[in-house]
Amino acid sequence: MYTYRGIHSSWISWFLSSKGNEYFCEVEEDYILDRFNLTGLNTEVSNYSQALDLITDQLADDDIQDELRGALDVQARLLYGLIHARWIVTARGLAKMLEKYKRSDFGRCPRVLCQSQPLLPVGLTDVPYEKSVKLYCGRCEDLYSPKSSRHGSIDGAYFGTTFPHLLFLVYPNLIPPKSGPVDMTQVSSGTTTGSDGKRRKRDEAQEPTPEVIGEINTASVALKAERYKPKIFGFQVHEIAKLHRWQEAVRDRQVARLEELDI
Amino acid sequence: MSRRQPQLYSESHLPPGEFEEEQLISGTGEGDEIMEDAHGEEEEGYSSSTPTSTLTWISWFCSLPGHEYYCEVTEDFIEDDFNLTGLNSMVPFWKEAMEMVLDVEPDEETNKIPDVSIVEASAELLYGLVHQRYILTRMGLQAMVEKYEQGIFGACPRVFCNGTHVVPCGRTDIPGHDTVKLYCPNCSDIYTPPSSRFQGVDGAFFGTTFPHLFFQSYRELAPAPFWKPTSGHSSSPTSSRSVSPEAEVPDENGQPGQPKRVKPPPFVNPNPNGGQKRPAGRVYQPKIYGFRVSEQAKSGPRMLWMRLRPQDPEELDMVDWRGRFYDDEDDEYDHEDGAEEDRPMEDFDPDGHDDDDEEEEEEEEEEAHGGYPPQGRTRADFRPPSQSPPSSAPPRTPRDSPVVQAALGSKLTVRGAEGKGKAPGILRPIPATAAT
Repeated sequence: MYTYRGIHSSWISWFLSSKGNEYFCEVEEDYILDRFNLTGLNTEVSNYSQALDLITDQLADDDIQDELRGALDVQARLLYGLIHARWIVTARGLAKMLEKYKRSDFGRCPRVLCQSQPLLPVGLTDVPYEKSVKLYCGRCEDLYSPKSSRHGSIDGAYFGTTFPHLLFLVYPNLIPPKSGPVDMTQVSSGTTTGSDGKRRKRDEAQEPTPEVIGEINTASVALKAERYKPKIFGFQVHEIAKLHRWQEAVRDRQVARLEELDI
Repeated sequence: MSRRQPQLYSESHLPPGEFEEEQLISGTGEGDEIMEDAHGEEEEGYSSSTPTSTLTWISWFCSLPGHEYYCEVTEDFIEDDFNLTGLNSMVPFWKEAMEMVLDVEPDEETNKIPDVSIVEASAELLYGLVHQRYILTRMGLQAMVEKYEQGIFGACPRVFCNGTHVVPCGRTDIPGHDTVKLYCPNCSDIYTPPSSRFQGVDGAFFGTTFPHLFFQSYRELAPAPFWKPTSGHSSSPTSSRSVSPEAEVPDENGQPGQPKRVKPPPFVNPNPNGGQKRPAGRVYQPKIYGFRVSEQAKSGPRMLWMRLRPQDPEELDMVDWRGRFYDDEDDEYDHEDGAEEDRPMEDFDPDGHDDDDEEEEEEEEEEAHGGYPPQGRTRADFRPPSQSPPSSAPPRTPRDSPVVQAALGSKLTVRGAEGKGKAPGILRPIPATAAT
C-alpha cells in the first residue's frame, strides 16, 4: 500500500529520499525506540502512538482506514521532525549532520564574500508551525532563507534553534575562517580528528581535546572578515561609509575586550 | 551605416511622434530602413510585450531567459557617439555589432563575416557596455526603478532584511571578470543571484556604481543607517552593546518625538541627504537552548557588528574618520592597546579586493608609518561639536558631497576616503614601497 514499500526498506529511508527532505538526516532507530527521548512529544502529536508505529514500521497496513492515512502521514512527519530536532543535538546526531555539512547538503552561503561557505539549517523557534527553516552561515554568522521553495516550506522546529551553534561549540576546529576560500579538506580532516577526539575522550581520558581547543584563538577573527564597500565612481558613499566606520568601531571594541580576556 | 547621425540625444525627452519626424527628415535616402526604425521606436514606447511581429533586437535580447535584469536602452542613446566613447576599442566587429543592436540592414560589402554567432557575442558585449552607462543616466535609473519596484531583481536572501528588494551590480566595471551580483541596500552587502540562469550575465554590464547611484537618486528607497527596536525587547544585541556611553548623548535639537520606543508613523532621518526608509535592523543572535552564546566562547558571535545599526543617528558621529570611538582613544591609549587598535586598520583592506589595491596599500603603509603621530592628537581635534548636524564633521568634507557626477561609466581611481584627513606629504613616498 505505502509508496515506500518495495523500493525503500523503511518509512525513514522513504522519507529521507523524498524530494524536499534533503536537509534531514537519519535518526537511528534505537534513539526513537528509547521512550525517554520522546518525552513530551505525545502532547505535540495527535495519533502519537500510531504515528510512532508508522515511523518505526510497526504499523500493519490494515490497522488503519484509508481516510486516516493522509492525516497520519502528516502526524508522522511532524513526529519525525520533532525527534529529529532532538537527535541532531546529540553526539551521534551532530556527527551525522556534520557529514551532510561536509557534502554541502544544506547549500552554500549566497553572500559573495563568504565564498560559497556551506550552510547549516536552523530554526528561529523550537515550536512547530511557526517559522520555516533558515540557513546559518558560520562565516558571516548570519541567517539566510533557502533558495528553493521546497526547502523554504520545511518547519524550522525540525532543526531547532540550537543545532548549528552547538555544532561549532562541540567542534571548534570546524569554525570557518573569516577570509580566504572554503577549504573542505581542512573541514574533513578536522572532522575526523574532532570525532576521533570525542570518541577517545569518552573511551579514555580527556587529554586530546584541550590541546585542540587551545590552538584556536578566535578573539580577533572578525578583523579578517571581508566587507563589501559601496562606491560611486570609485568614491565611497558617505552615509554607508559612516555606518561602516561605526560598525568597525564596535567590532574593534569587541576585539579589544576579547583580547584582554585572551580567548 | 548611413543612419541619422545627427545627435538626437539632446532631444531625448521628446515624445515618440517628434522622433519619427526627425527620422523622416534626416534619412530621406532609405525608405525601408526608416519604416523599420519607426517600428522599433514605437515599441520602445510600450514594453516588449506589445504583440508586434517585428521585435527589435534590443527587446528580443532583454526578453531572453536570464536577461531579466537588463532594461531596454533607448536607441537614441546608443546612436549618440558621445555615449559610446572608448567602447569601439573593446568590442570586436564594432560596426556589425552596432548594426545588429540597432537592427540596421548591413551594407553589402560587410557580408564577409561567415559566422553570425561571432557578431552576436560582440553585440551582446556592446549592448552590455552601453547598458552599464545607460543605467547611470536619469532615464536609465527611471527604467531600473520601475523594475525594482516590481521586484524583478528579487529580494535579499538574508532573513532579517525582511525581503528588501535588491538591485543588480557588478564587482568590476571591466567585462569578462565576474558575473552579476545583487546588492541589498539594507545590509549593504552583495549576494549571488539565486538562479543559475544569471551565471551567464556579466557583472560589468551593470557596473560597480549603479546600485549606489540608484539609492542616492531614490533616497526614499534607501534604508537609514540607524535603527531603534520598536519595542524594547532584549533580544536585540544593540541594547547590550552600544547603549552604554553613547545612549547618554543628548538628543539633538528637535526630535524628542522620534526616539523613545514610540513608533513614529513617518520615519524621519535627520540627515536630509541620508536614506529615508525605515531599515530592517534586527540582527541574528545565536542561542543554545534559549541562552545567547557568550562572546567569550571560542565559537561565540564575532560578526554581529557587521549588521548592527546604532539606535540614534548621533551615535554615528562618535566615531572618527578611521573608525574608532572618540572615548576609546582616551582610555585605551597606553602602549599595548594602541598597538591593538592599529591592527584593525590594516584589515580593512580586504574590502576593496578589486582594482584599488594600490590605494589600500597606501592606507596600510600610512597606518604603519604615520599611524603613531596622529594618535597623539587630542580628541578635540577630531571630535565634531556634539550639537552639530552629522554632515558638519570637519575631517570628512570630501565625502560630504555624496554623488559625484563624473564621466559616464569610467571608474575613477581615487584614493580611499580613509586617507583623506592626512597631509598628502606623508603619503607621497609610499606607493613606491607598497609594491608588495
